[in-house]
Amino acid sequence: VEGNVTPDLRFDFVASDDNHTITVKREFAAKRQLVWDCHTKSELLDQWFAPKGLTTQTKHMDFREGGYWHYAMITPDNQKFWNRLDYKKIQPIDGYTAKDGFCDETGTVNANMPSADWDVSFSDLNEHTLVTTIVQYGSSDALQSALNMGLKDGLASTLERLDELLPQLLAS
Amino acid sequence: MISRMANQKVSLDFVFHALADPTRRAVVQRLSQGPATVSELAAPFDMALPSFVKHISVLEKSCLIVSRKHGRVRTCSLDHQNFADAEEWFGELRTQWASRYDKLDSLLTHLSGGKRDA
Repeated sequence: VEGNVTPDLRFDFVASDDNHTITVKREFAAKRQLVWDCHTKSELLDQWFAPKGLTTQTKHMDFREGGYWHYAMITPDNQKFWNRLDYKKIQPIDGYTAKDGFCDETGTVNANMPSADWDVSFSDLNEHTLVTTIVQYGSSDALQSALNMGLKDGLASTLERLDELLPQLLAS
Repeated sequence: MISRMANQKVSLDFVFHALADPTRRAVVQRLSQGPATVSELAAPFDMALPSFVKHISVLEKSCLIVSRKHGRVRTCSLDHQNFADAEEWFGELRTQWASRYDKLDSLLTHLSGGKRDA
């Protein structure tokens, strides 16, 4: 298992009440404004957004309602996977909603690939910040192909052992 | 792993539905410790038996659990292979988010000038 820098910070990952919905909650040891900036400024997003082993590179960022973030996740052998996050509603520094989809280098969304709706909210947790992301997939097929591609693209790394993952899956 | 995904037996629809309900999550958690009869599983819940049996039925349809009837007693157990497959799906996504957020922790520490609680 990868070492978490701050193992005492809350991290929940659960299938929630609606079908095809995953809710991710994570506590960060920083003030809300800074955590918000890290989610909404491309020069900061580029420093963390892609999972471990990949880097993030922004091609276009227009963080406003109706605008979008067009970026690539890049493998060590320089293979690029293009994504696009279209912003719908933005309420600084409380939250935003967006549509997450796969696209090509020009930003043209591939309608045959799975997309998901994101609802991201930020709240104070004492001196820390809690970020809640609700990811709603259009269908189970969309979620399944998203995962299949994740595996194919080499994003797969360590799979948690059954007994480690069980409490996370079953947490209310 | 890819070929295993292609031959997936578990329907994600059912898995989501199955795990979205607190009663069903509790049943799965109990069965992870070993088989149990329907009455044993129902005991902790303040719920009419027919309603509880519907939850069991949802879990069976999701292929997460199997049940066998001996006489008048129905015993349920976790289908470990299917449960592991379902977990692998969730586990993969979870790993991606955990990994992404670990990187954000490092960035936040850096931006805060190295202080943990800035």
